[in-house]
Amino acid sequence: MTEYIIRNGFVFDPTQGIKGDKADIAVKDGKIVKSTEVSSKAKTVDASGKTVMAGAVEIHAHIAGPKVNEGRNYRPEDKLFTYKPKSASSRMAGGFSIPTTFKTGYEYARMGYTTAMEAAMPPLYARHVHEEIKDTPIIDEGAYPVFGNNWFVLEYLKNREIENTCAYISWLLEASKGYAVKVVNPGGTEAWGWGLNCLTIDDPVPYFDITPREIVTGLIEANETLGLPHSVHIHQNSLGNPGNYTVTLDTLKLAEGFRAKNKFGREQVLHSTHLQFHSYGGDSWANFESKSKEVMDYVNKQKNITIDTGCVTLDETTTMTADGPFEHHLTELNHLKWANVDVELETAAGIVPYIYSPDIKVCEIQWAIGLELALMAKDPMRCFITTDHPNAGPFTRYPRIIKWLMSAEARKKQIESFKHGAKMVEATHIAGIDRELSLYDIAQMTRAGPAKALGLSHQYGGLAPGMDADIVVYDFNPEKPHKPEDIEKAFSAAAYVMKTGVPVVINGEIVSNGNKRTLWVKAKVNENPQVMRDIRDKFLKYYSVTQANYDVSSHFVPNPHVIEVDATH
Amino acid sequence: MAKLKLNLISGRTIQQGVAMEGGKEKDAYTKACGIIEMDPSDLKKLGIWKGTNVRVTSEWGSVVVKAVEATQGPHPGLAYIPMGPWANSVVNPRTYSTGMPTFKGVPIEVEPAMNEPVLSSVQLVQKKCRGEA
Amino acid sequence: MSKSVTDVICPFCGTLCDDLEVIVSDDGKKIEDIYNACAIGAEKFMHAQAPDRIKRPRMQQPDGSYKEVSYDEAVEYTARMLYNAKKPLMYGWSSTSCEAQSVGHEIAEKVGAIVDNTATVCHGTTLIAVQDVGIPSCTLGEIKNRADRIIFWGCNPCHAHPRHQSRYSVFPRGFFTNKGHMNRKVIVVDPRVTDTAKLADYHYQIEQGRDFELLSAFRVALRNEPLPETVAGIPREKIIEGAEVMKSGRFGIIFFGMGVTQSLSKNHNIDNAIMLTKDLNEFTKFSIMAMRGHYNVTGSGQVLGWQFGYPFSVDLSRGFARYNPGETSSNDLLRRGEVDAVFVLGSDPGAHFPISSVRKIAQLPSVCVDPHITPTSEISKLHVPVAFVGVEVGGNCYRMDNVPIEARKVVDPPEGVLTDVEFLTRVNARLDQLMGGK
Repeated sequence: MTEYIIRNGFVFDPTQGIKGDKADIAVKDGKIVKSTEVSSKAKTVDASGKTVMAGAVEIHAHIAGPKVNEGRNYRPEDKLFTYKPKSASSRMAGGFSIPTTFKTGYEYARMGYTTAMEAAMPPLYARHVHEEIKDTPIIDEGAYPVFGNNWFVLEYLKNREIENTCAYISWLLEASKGYAVKVVNPGGTEAWGWGLNCLTIDDPVPYFDITPREIVTGLIEANETLGLPHSVHIHQNSLGNPGNYTVTLDTLKLAEGFRAKNKFGREQVLHSTHLQFHSYGGDSWANFESKSKEVMDYVNKQKNITIDTGCVTLDETTTMTADGPFEHHLTELNHLKWANVDVELETAAGIVPYIYSPDIKVCEIQWAIGLELALMAKDPMRCFITTDHPNAGPFTRYPRIIKWLMSAEARKKQIESFKHGAKMVEATHIAGIDRELSLYDIAQMTRAGPAKALGLSHQYGGLAPGMDADIVVYDFNPEKPHKPEDIEKAFSAAAYVMKTGVPVVINGEIVSNGNKRTLWVKAKVNENPQVMRDIRDKFLKYYSVTQANYDVSSHFVPNPHVIEVDATH
Repeated sequence: MAKLKLNLISGRTIQQGVAMEGGKEKDAYTKACGIIEMDPSDLKKLGIWKGTNVRVTSEWGSVVVKAVEATQGPHPGLAYIPMGPWANSVVNPRTYSTGMPTFKGVPIEVEPAMNEPVLSSVQLVQKKCRGEA
Repeated sequence: MSKSVTDVICPFCGTLCDDLEVIVSDDGKKIEDIYNACAIGAEKFMHAQAPDRIKRPRMQQPDGSYKEVSYDEAVEYTARMLYNAKKPLMYGWSSTSCEAQSVGHEIAEKVGAIVDNTATVCHGTTLIAVQDVGIPSCTLGEIKNRADRIIFWGCNPCHAHPRHQSRYSVFPRGFFTNKGHMNRKVIVVDPRVTDTAKLADYHYQIEQGRDFELLSAFRVALRNEPLPETVAGIPREKIIEGAEVMKSGRFGIIFFGMGVTQSLSKNHNIDNAIMLTKDLNEFTKFSIMAMRGHYNVTGSGQVLGWQFGYPFSVDLSRGFARYNPGETSSNDLLRRGEVDAVFVLGSDPGAHFPISSVRKIAQLPSVCVDPHITPTSEISKLHVPVAFVGVEVGGNCYRMDNVPIEARKVVDPPEGVLTDVEFLTRVNARLDQLMGGK
């Protein structure tokens, strides 16, 4: 029995409403317990003068799978000057915007992240995603299979067959060992099979004759019928285009009238991801402007929606998304190398490097929009910090984003350094916002909030007895005066990180590879012979692999953590 | 004796693939790969019948193979040796900073060598490594 | 009673067919028959049964003959060779599972080796081109369901990927291609009248090595700019006609092979082919795909990618990963005499490297891990026979379109014969012991 007690830190835990009080956190057998429940032999970690939080939860990042790896392999330049040799407890690790799997695990852990979700898993490539997850140390991971352009879904929803959609979702989650229902550019990616796109929620999908509106509402209904831990997770149509905020609002409104039905304490029915890319006004790059206020006014009103920001970090990065047509559009704009993969019956993906330059007005405005979303959020439990890694910037920049959000001074300094600062200020709201987020807000936006939205609030994101012992100590004293840079420094390399009861980081260095798990959802539904027949039929006629070779075997998921749902009724 | 200058390429044939999986030490592999496919007009220029052993020489080495009539022709001026140690005895090993030797487009000279044997893959490579061939 | 194993994966080429049916004797020891495989795939399964198969490691003697040794001795020799070497080359990795590759990389990281796979003599130049200009591609099922323009450029699937055309590219009836071959126009570009070219609607018998010019000419034709009378031996009218055929399709694909990757210009040929594909996306939907050779060379690139960030020619000798083809690639290292030991697994450089590189391997401490007798095994100091991946042991593999498929075990390996993973794991453990003192 291993026992620990983390003493005297300033604790921030939204699940218990603790806002910086000094408290001890006790750990026994990988779980948090009451301090009275550990013996005198418990190892003590001195956190006095430091900040203590639960391990952070990443709700949306592209960190494992075919497109991430294509990004690595086709960008040798991304490794320049980044490599760290192996040590006694870690493998050699390198890469900046698309780090190797080892580096991904280590860097998340060093920042105090203990769980991360891969945001887009093409089901046909699920085995690849899981091979990479297996090779990513320390952090617990799950992956969202994509459904929004899947032929089964398009055909069932065209006929409003919710029960069949549910049965198919259940089958695919199990076959791919997936965690949630992800939707990327609904209908648009299928249209990309012919070089086309769906830019509004009422553009019909070629041949399938269904609209993005029908796909999204159908999937919300199916998701709530199943009662999955996470809601439908949406990357809307028309990403990255000036004036797209109206499409965003149209999509968000589709959630009206739905209520979350699940046993996990999740309250939203729709998670809108990397909202920064969807909150654009203007009708060209010349009059491009922020529409964060319009979007957030709506989000703030609707209790059944959660969002993540997709903050731009002003770096050279590698964009990658299942939104195939968008990446083609991007390569036409910046003329950098373009990779694309269309995946039979399911989805597509594209990759293009991108430089968010502080000397380009559009990039400056994008930077502002990402931060505005978080600063305008009335309920930090429904707004999460992401960079849509690596699309708006690498996840390793979270400490810098936290600095910008917690310090108006840091934002002001950044704006002053921009080449087009004055024009940027005109097109955005950022200069007029003096809100500074608190550590408690940050704990909500990076811990308790995402954990709840994922239906995992019983084990992640908090420090209440019974929860997993994922604990982070940052060398940051909230009672002492500090400079903005101190925030970034403290969050970049945690003083101490524990993952399920195992110390994995001490003084910013990796000390153990932990006991990583893979999360997936097993949703039990009534037997559905029609769907099973449809699946057999599609494999016989249209897939290029046989059905027997499609399932991801347990061999690829050596340490699973299965969330079970019973939707038989 | 006549000599003929040709442009050599190498690559896979299905016979090469089958024989390789059957065992590279076996005769079938030599029969499949220890050959040079030549256009009938080139055989005529060289003054030999198909099935004659020939010596192929390039800047990079020399090897004896059996001349056969191209099955995937016509391609006058072009010669084809299936991928394997015979072809690799004469290909241009330079990679020009790409890592890739120049397996295709190698200038060669072909001359009849009726009395010289075509070595098996193992014999050929071992002799070449010992500097005997 | 014999039993039938279905949905078997063929461990030969990058087509990675997964619909083989193998008839196995009741005791699960003998393969009796194979259905659905091509001639090469069938031979691969049958050869695993050969009565003269080598079942124990063999060490080269001073007179050049080979003497049987135990696996323990083989592990010891291999571990010490890698431990003592300053800069060993660990080459191959294309005819084995991703699981074996992963253990191999762990060893390479420990001993500071160069890890290189057969892409270095196959599609390495493609990988370089992709690093220059990207690659718009798709899965093979997309071709089957949508493609109506099929271009084979410098590749000959009738010989190298025998079931490619029937499973994915030319003949199958797909969702939007329900007439199969009738829906498609096939273009072949090859200096020979290959068996693939004989099937084509259009054959461009290009002058060997002039692919870059012809690719450029197609790009010019797409833009309606003036062309000379002939390019690469092809008359202008035929080039314009070809460009029209490409443009007028709904979904096109260029498959390319060694004809472009191994001819002079190498990666520049592929650069241009990819840019032609990108240009075609202005008119319609077009993709491009490399016809990868070994059944898991793609997987080697994938595992190297997620573990180190580069797809081949990865130099770990300085304690961190470097990549610089031409410098860190096998043939350049061997020719320049920069490596002091060679470990080969899952490939046969003895047969498929230029002889000048092979000579260097023969002069160095060397280990060849391979189920077969090969020219490599017969010049290496140590030959370690192992079980056939995909026949006698399972494991993950990646198809030419990067789709991962888990290979199956069909029969048991001969008694006492180790798998790649088992042998590598033992070498890795022995290295830990040797390095414990360091």
